[in-house]
Amino acid sequence: MADKILFELVCPTKQLVSSPVDMVVVPGAEGDFGAMERHSPMISSVRPGVIDVHDGGKIADRIFVAGGFAEVTEERITVLADEALPVAELTKDMAAARLEAAKAALADARSDHDRVAAERQMAVAEAMGAVAH
Amino acid sequence: MPSLKDLRLRIASVKSTRKITSAMKMVAASKLRRAQSAAEAARPFAERMERMLGTLAGSLAGQAGAPKMLAGTGADRVHLIVMVTADRGLCGGFNSSVVRSVRHLTAQLLAEGKTVMILPVGRKGREQIKRDYAKQLIEGFEQLGRKGITFPEAEQVANRITAMFAAGEFDVCTVVYNRFKSVISQEVTRQQLIPFPAPEKAAAVQGGAVFEFEPTEEDILTSLLPRNLAIQVLRALLESQASEQGARMSAMDNATRNAGDMINRLTTQYNRSRQAQITKELIEIISGAEAL
Repeated sequence: MADKILFELVCPTKQLVSSPVDMVVVPGAEGDFGAMERHSPMISSVRPGVIDVHDGGKIADRIFVAGGFAEVTEERITVLADEALPVAELTKDMAAARLEAAKAALADARSDHDRVAAERQMAVAEAMGAVAH
Repeated sequence: MPSLKDLRLRIASVKSTRKITSAMKMVAASKLRRAQSAAEAARPFAERMERMLGTLAGSLAGQAGAPKMLAGTGADRVHLIVMVTADRGLCGGFNSSVVRSVRHLTAQLLAEGKTVMILPVGRKGREQIKRDYAKQLIEGFEQLGRKGITFPEAEQVANRITAMFAAGEFDVCTVVYNRFKSVISQEVTRQQLIPFPAPEKAAAVQGGAVFEFEPTEEDILTSLLPRNLAIQVLRALLESQASEQGARMSAMDNATRNAGDMINRLTTQYNRSRQAQITKELIEIISGAEAL
């Protein structure tokens, strides 16, 4: 088995994960990508979706992120997430409540800035709804 | 010489002051624990963000067309100082030390013929700086983080800065805040936010590794830079809040101790005068009896 890659997941208020794993599949802006040890260095933005953490030949963890950035180097992958939540803790109700809030925000958006923010929230909520159970 | 009654009143009043200060100390201590862990939890994100941005900045260095937030406007004329203080006093030198640092910086920049704007976060700082630099003061923020600083609050401040920058209102932005070192010590820190100061270390560590970018460097930078600003502001607010509670706790601890000393001193004085009075009365009675 190849060596492991250090996976770090941080969101603004805390560090969620920092552990060596076999592979991490990240929803990149231009398609999902898997990062293993000795991946070529790259920086990508992350769209709202699920990060799959592969370890020991199976998916060890699934974490929902609401967008952010990922930095991959040969020995490390760092994901800076706006928000992160294990998929197991996601519920349909949460996603639906968020979608409602985002719709309301979009309806009251006055400036372009507000509208863009609301649309981003919509995308997050939709991605959440797609994986929630 | 104060009368016995005066002394009694004095002691009672100092005792109630001590009760208040010791209660404030307890409150600060419990708030401190929360604020401290929040500040420490926010550090990894801010540090990684800085590292990532450093890598990006390194790979874009010297290229034309880098976003202004990274490269600066090319001018160095108008400075914006974000001053982070508390809304409340009674926390020792916490507010004054930030204000002093801002005052120095402002004086220095004005002497160099630059224009300065001060954006105060927190009521106390605004009140103190108003005496000297009322003209430089612009509307700021108050009452942030009453229930702990949240990301949307930091974003609110950052959005304001971004909007001002986009409108070309300033060239350089610096934030001045208290960095939390330990419960009893805070360090006034000046951090430049715009243009982003590219760390020289980061470039060396990467050793010229070429990064791929998805989508493009410019796209990532334009979304990463405002985000970084919000994160750095969040970090400053969190650090400042933890420092505030730490400063208040040690200030109140001192005040409680001083009140205790004062009570002891007053009590001794009270007992002495009471004894003196008793002795005096006794002497009067005895000498009266002897005179008969």
